[in-house]
Amino acid sequence: MGPLSSRLFALESRRGWTVFMGLAAMLMLVVPVLNLAVPPDSWLHVPTFWVTTLGKFLCFAMLALALDLIWGYAGILSLGHGAFFGLGGYAMGMYLMRQIGERGVYGHPELPDFMVFLDWKELPWYWFGFDHFAFAVLMAMLVPGALAFVFGWLAFRSRITGVYFSIISQAMVFAMMLAFFRNEMGFGGNNGLTDFKDLLGFDLSASTTKVGLYLASALMLGLMYLLCRYVVTSKLGRVLIAVRDAESRVRFLGYSVTRAKLFVFTLSAMLAGIAGALYVPQVGIINPGEFTPAKSIEIAIWVAVGGRGTLFGAAAGAVAVNGAKSLLTGIAPEIWLFFLGALFILVTLLMPRGLVGVVRQWRERRAIAKTSRSDSHVSA
Amino acid sequence: MVHLIRKGRSGGKILGTAALGAALLFAAAPAAAEPSEADLHAALQALDTKKFKQKAQAIEHLGTLGGPRVLEVLEALSKGRLHVRKDGRIVIAERSGKQYTVQDAASGRPEPEAGKKELKKIKVNNRLRRLIRGVTGRLALFSDDPGRRLEAADNLSKNPSPEALPLFRQARDRETDDAVRAKLEVGIAVLELEADDPALRLAAATTLAGISNPDIRSLLKRRLAADAEPNPEIREALHRAVESIDRKLWLFGIAENLLFGISLGSVLLLAAIGLAITFGVMGVINMAHGEMIMLGAYSTFMVQEIFRSVVPPELFGFYLLAALPVAFLMSAAMGVLIERGVIRFLYGRPLETLLATWGISLILQQLVRSLFGANNREVANPEWISGAVEIAGGVTVTLNRLCIILFCLAVVAALAAFIRYSRFGLNMRAVTQNRSMASSMGIRTGQVDALTFALGSGIAGVAGMALSQISNVSPNLGQNFIVDSFMVVVFGGVGSLWGTIVGAFSLGIVNKFLEPVSGAILGKIVVLVFIILFIQMRPRGLFALKGRAAGD
Repeated sequence: MGPLSSRLFALESRRGWTVFMGLAAMLMLVVPVLNLAVPPDSWLHVPTFWVTTLGKFLCFAMLALALDLIWGYAGILSLGHGAFFGLGGYAMGMYLMRQIGERGVYGHPELPDFMVFLDWKELPWYWFGFDHFAFAVLMAMLVPGALAFVFGWLAFRSRITGVYFSIISQAMVFAMMLAFFRNEMGFGGNNGLTDFKDLLGFDLSASTTKVGLYLASALMLGLMYLLCRYVVTSKLGRVLIAVRDAESRVRFLGYSVTRAKLFVFTLSAMLAGIAGALYVPQVGIINPGEFTPAKSIEIAIWVAVGGRGTLFGAAAGAVAVNGAKSLLTGIAPEIWLFFLGALFILVTLLMPRGLVGVVRQWRERRAIAKTSRSDSHVSA
Repeated sequence: MVHLIRKGRSGGKILGTAALGAALLFAAAPAAAEPSEADLHAALQALDTKKFKQKAQAIEHLGTLGGPRVLEVLEALSKGRLHVRKDGRIVIAERSGKQYTVQDAASGRPEPEAGKKELKKIKVNNRLRRLIRGVTGRLALFSDDPGRRLEAADNLSKNPSPEALPLFRQARDRETDDAVRAKLEVGIAVLELEADDPALRLAAATTLAGISNPDIRSLLKRRLAADAEPNPEIREALHRAVESIDRKLWLFGIAENLLFGISLGSVLLLAAIGLAITFGVMGVINMAHGEMIMLGAYSTFMVQEIFRSVVPPELFGFYLLAALPVAFLMSAAMGVLIERGVIRFLYGRPLETLLATWGISLILQQLVRSLFGANNREVANPEWISGAVEIAGGVTVTLNRLCIILFCLAVVAALAAFIRYSRFGLNMRAVTQNRSMASSMGIRTGQVDALTFALGSGIAGVAGMALSQISNVSPNLGQNFIVDSFMVVVFGGVGSLWGTIVGAFSLGIVNKFLEPVSGAILGKIVVLVFIILFIQMRPRGLFALKGRAAGD
């Protein structure tokens, strides 16, 4: 085995790999097969709607991974991660918009409907290039990355930490929301970008395309997980954890805290951008609502519920909380906010390590009980 | 006609001078005092004719008589309430049920009710109505009530017709109220700009130079552009007048922005001052702060509803005074609940506090939404703070905005005094500066924490009461303020009350000066970006605490 593959193998314990592979098989084989191969009247059939919903949750899981990477490992709580997610989404939305071509309501070959409506004569300069898929994907990573780099550079350089960082990151996403609500920005204002037709020539309303997007999300989540795992188990990862626990000490030891934080913050923003880019074709719309501060705070609770500082937990938390959201809003919409609010309070008060922490504690206790029992057996 | 005028009781000098300059339409000046009932009676009878032309003459004639009675009769006429009774007298009749309640038109004395058959309506057409409007407008210039005179002068000088000039002059000469006279002067000057006498034109230009009204400016501009002024000297004067108006308008523009900025600043300050205590003094991030404001607003709403149903309507205006302690106590009680129930367990873990209080804010929002509905609730302005005040040259402020500025200053002063001079304030400062030392001195830090949090929350509630007077009361009320208030506190410097004050006012004023240039939303974005950049340069805000207290 080469050094890279051995490094890859060392990312997880044997059991970790088993779970990872099991989940991957479940998500990438069982679900699509149950959707596509099993006849719709069978009880085993998974409706396409569910697949798309699950795909959406997987995008949220990626977003949670991105936030956990900086919050759980570097102690940076960003309340503005929705901005990076949204920017990635807008990049993809712009590509999908250009793909509509003459099929829009106004049938303009060049301009999206809302620009025709606003009586614009030509495409703004920042829309050029977005008719190429590769360019759009690149931008979905680079634009959030660039914003995070500039924002992070300014913040970390002047040693803004803790709640101060949280508050100004919230102000950033709030400013983005105000900006994207403006029609003059050229991103569709209030309504955002929607009415998408197809992606790389595949019809977005076809169920095969939907399953394809779902598979892409699952694959991307897996890769992203391994990448984050790689980062946190590397030497840099250890520096980050040290920064989280004692920032000044790390600085005094001669490490560049600013650079370490900046790297991981920018990486996290790019991951969030990818998540947004995969999210948009599945839900079919992107609008400034993604930039509301409340949405960005919600990401933190996904991570907290799963257990911060455990990448797996963050992803699981995102799926669990959003699953509960779908379920509860379906039954009684007014209950959802009570539930979410209670979740925020109870998790921070009673389960600071999240679900993963609870499971771990339980397992440790059992292990201790076992050893003490065997000890007493030996001594007897 | 002249004969009839002489019959007017006040007669005399005014009428004499008026008669001199009278055009046909303004055959004479309306008399100030009440004409005798007999005169009125005679004049009214002339209305009993089928011919509109004669009716018009009769209306003109009534206008020359003047007096409040005439005003009332003319208004009744234009509304179709003036009738001829069977005995031939003119009466004002109003339908009530099947019968008509009747009063004598000339005297206003009530008369026995009359059936439909006894009355014949005096018909008016649109031309007559227009005429009546003109006559009543002019009559109002001579009304006893200065407010009405001001209104009339305002209306007439907005679009003065050349025929009205003598009337204006005459009204000015007998006017006692300065504000009304100033209005009349403007109307006269506008008309005299086109006078034949160059001296009059020059005087008019000088008068108008002192006015700061954009309409006057464009009028002067038009006159200059049309080359309507032959005299070069007067043309020069007109140019100077335009410049002078420009200068004044510019100054007033600045004054207006400043005033609106201070108004916005005081709203921000009210919203943020409670946060300055919980966040600044205790270091607790309370994301539910906005909901404390909302609770205050809803308390105000409830007090209002109780006043509506229980208290006699003439006392209704005082509900705000009753709402003040209610709003404070409601929010303060909720604050104690939150502090003892949740935040107490999270001291030293600010990020967790942030998340938990966010959860509280979600629950409170949904609770209020479930109890009161998601729609806006209306909180009425009591009469003593509705209306607007004009502050020189067209800068008007609504009274509730002005009250908020004063109220905000009062709250800040009271709070500062409380922290500075009260025993509790002393304890609070001690705990802020050195918790363990304060504890060693026998201060119960837990209790101080709870009460400090209650104080901050209570002030947020009071802010909610004030904000209910200028914005919608809805479950989302608090959300609109949360980012802004955090920005104010962080910008001003955490832990510094003074910083919060300066921060709020400077952000408010900057915002209002940016608005005309960039539009409201872009202005807000610019301010947010500015704060973000500013915090990079001064991470501790404008007024950073120094020394040990500044440590986290």
